[in-house]
Amino acid sequence: MSLDVTLQTDPGLISSDPIEEARRQIEICNACRYCEGFCSVFPAITREKVFADGDITQLANLCHNCRGCYYACQYTAPHEFDLNLPQALAAARTDSWERFAWPGGLARIFQARGEALAAALVVGTALMFAAIAALPGDGAGFYAWISHGAMVAIFLPAFLLPLFAIGIGLRRYWSEVGGVRVAWADLRDASLSAGRMKNLDGGQGQGCNFEKEERFSDARRHVHHAVMYGFLLCFASTSSGTVMHYVFDMQAPYGFWSLPKLLGVPGGILLTVGCAGMLMLRRRADPALGTPGRSSGERGFIWLLGFAGFSGLVLYAVGGTWLTGPVLALHLGGVLAFFLLTPYSKMAHGFYRFAALVRDAQDQRVRADV
Amino acid sequence: MTLKNPKQLSAGVWDVVIAGGGNAALCAAIEAAEKGAKVLILEGAPKVYRGGNSRHTRNFRCMHHGDLGPLIETYDEEEFWQDLLRVTKGETDEDLARHAIRTSEECLPWMQEHGVRFQPSLAGTLSLDRTNAFFLGGGKALVNAYYITAEDLGVTVAYEAQVRHVEIVDRRATHMDVELGGEMHRVQGRAFVLASGGFQSDLDWLARAWGPSAKNFLIRGTRYNMGVVLKDMVDQGAETVGDPTQCHAVAIDGRAPKFDGGIVTRLDCVPFSIVVNKDGQRFYDEGEDVWPKRYAIWGRLVAAQPDQVSYSIIDKRSIDLFMPSVYPPISADTIEGLAQQLGLPGNALAQTVDEFNAACRPGDFHPQKLDGVTTEGLEPPKTNWARSISEPPFYAYSLRPGVTFTYLGLKVDKSARATGPEGLYDNIWSAGEMMAGSILGQGYLAGFGMTIGTVFGRIAGQEAAKHVA
Repeated sequence: MSLDVTLQTDPGLISSDPIEEARRQIEICNACRYCEGFCSVFPAITREKVFADGDITQLANLCHNCRGCYYACQYTAPHEFDLNLPQALAAARTDSWERFAWPGGLARIFQARGEALAAALVVGTALMFAAIAALPGDGAGFYAWISHGAMVAIFLPAFLLPLFAIGIGLRRYWSEVGGVRVAWADLRDASLSAGRMKNLDGGQGQGCNFEKEERFSDARRHVHHAVMYGFLLCFASTSSGTVMHYVFDMQAPYGFWSLPKLLGVPGGILLTVGCAGMLMLRRRADPALGTPGRSSGERGFIWLLGFAGFSGLVLYAVGGTWLTGPVLALHLGGVLAFFLLTPYSKMAHGFYRFAALVRDAQDQRVRADV
Repeated sequence: MTLKNPKQLSAGVWDVVIAGGGNAALCAAIEAAEKGAKVLILEGAPKVYRGGNSRHTRNFRCMHHGDLGPLIETYDEEEFWQDLLRVTKGETDEDLARHAIRTSEECLPWMQEHGVRFQPSLAGTLSLDRTNAFFLGGGKALVNAYYITAEDLGVTVAYEAQVRHVEIVDRRATHMDVELGGEMHRVQGRAFVLASGGFQSDLDWLARAWGPSAKNFLIRGTRYNMGVVLKDMVDQGAETVGDPTQCHAVAIDGRAPKFDGGIVTRLDCVPFSIVVNKDGQRFYDEGEDVWPKRYAIWGRLVAAQPDQVSYSIIDKRSIDLFMPSVYPPISADTIEGLAQQLGLPGNALAQTVDEFNAACRPGDFHPQKLDGVTTEGLEPPKTNWARSISEPPFYAYSLRPGVTFTYLGLKVDKSARATGPEGLYDNIWSAGEMMAGSILGQGYLAGFGMTIGTVFGRIAGQEAAKHVA
């Protein structure tokens, strides 16, 4: 067997191309290997000797930006090797989402620019105000403001179209990283890792180096948990409402002790608190270790997600008053913008990250079988 | 805390002043601070380069009975001692060495208690999982952990603070002259720990000691180990140990940076190659032993060649047999083409390869062990892995000596106290690379520099604190 060493780069040749630059840095990491115990990225690196473009994309998406490797690295600037692996992988990762997004071009705008997300929120809200004005309902609760039929007509496509777009992006991802048929064990391993944010725990539970430089902290893992589980609870709340409506013919509004509320209220609180915490941590973190040029879009996404959660809580609080209408428009406008932008905003990271974890589990399993 | 105002340096009398900011210095600082001393660390490097050569290390050699931390089975005093004896060929102080070995066992839990994290031995180093405990994230992560611990204990750290002189009156140090921000500061203290490493980054000194060819050596570690404090002490008559002309050098990739190339510049292809000098001539048996046992002697071998450079040449069949090198190989489809790219005489290289190939005999080539596949009638012979270099593409890596450390150091006793012209100093201790020559007079044992630094750094800190208590 021979090795394709033409893939190797000169360690001193810093590149402006995200994949080339990530490859240069990964090769230096593979010759060092001191960081092996921090996360899944380094063991995956040591399984290769040279790195094709698909390998770089996979490693970039496996990285959770915990930054442990950066603070432990003896080759960071001003060393001539100028290693900044968290940044290099973040750049390659974002680049991959923007390449895979369908239709192309949309992702670059929303990944990069917070204003674009804000504009989407305004448009979404305006649409909802218009819908409420044009299509008032005659039901109880929200349905007094907008008919159930109108809600479904708007949100069913707003939910399915982005999912379809994400599906196309994931297919492109899977093909680039050389993924094979997924086994249940791969999904289980990936879920266990994502569910605990294993790759933010520093390898030994000490946490990551996101906001306190070389000191370890679990803050980011905890706020990410709040956002992720908050979001999943909110999603479960909506799903339970749908099931109750269509399967059990139980119409909204639901009381506090109903499933949608029992899931949605804690979900909204977690989402709001988590997004606020994430924004606070980002203020303390060194931006030079994140994705170059994507900070505005990333912050904008957290604001949008937090807004959707918070406005949902407010909506519940103002229930029955005249404020319900305007707050409903704001909340649904936020949710609409969030859904439609899922394939093109930072939200896409959840899907690609999970795919990378599945691929990593698969790669380990396949090699162990050989 | 980090020193904010340089005037603070000379504002009062410190309990313990430490020259250096690597592993040994930090262990001393932590021990002294835990005993209540007011401690100052004078690190010559800027904060980003703090930690001396410790930032390039990766593990700690440790005696243990039964599993300990990441270490498995048992590595007892006698086996450790025999390993040391073998590499130093007796150039060691048995008393001090055994003291370091014995104390290493209690150091590992101490390190963990003070923030150091270990990980299972790295991919490609399985042979060390019984003897060497690897740091999670490597040496810089260890250095970071110790700085955090020291700062939490109230230790003051001054960066870019170069100690120029230790003032000694009647066996007693009174103050240090320290250069910071272009000004000299008089730093008074009651006890002093010298842990500022060897002199390998001072190329002029290295050239004086070794010979002019040392100017062509690469320095694997920090550029800040200039030996300033060591020289100041030697000039004042401090007793020394270790051969003042010698350094530990290994063969590394010739394209490595002049300083701080560290671990990634190592090159593991030599046993599967032939190595020629710039005249295209072989000069040593490349297959004498497995590479971990030979990379150190190759530093000296390459240093003895013209222009201190050599080239390791393999063919297609061997490119996948070793850990990836950080530098891509030079490649060509013919030996002449390779010679041209390397700037070697093409005829001479082709002749060397032909002669080598003609001397190769069929055999059971086995990269993972001494396979006994040897040349016949070739001088120098290649006694293992002698497989012809005949299948293109051909690949080459350049080799240069990479200096790890120098052997000259201060003589200390078991309490890490340094010795002057009139016997032991009253209040000067030394630890780390600066006194390691006492124990490691020749050769090197992986992870043992960190053992010496940790053991004697801790002792120096304890003794200094006791002195001022």
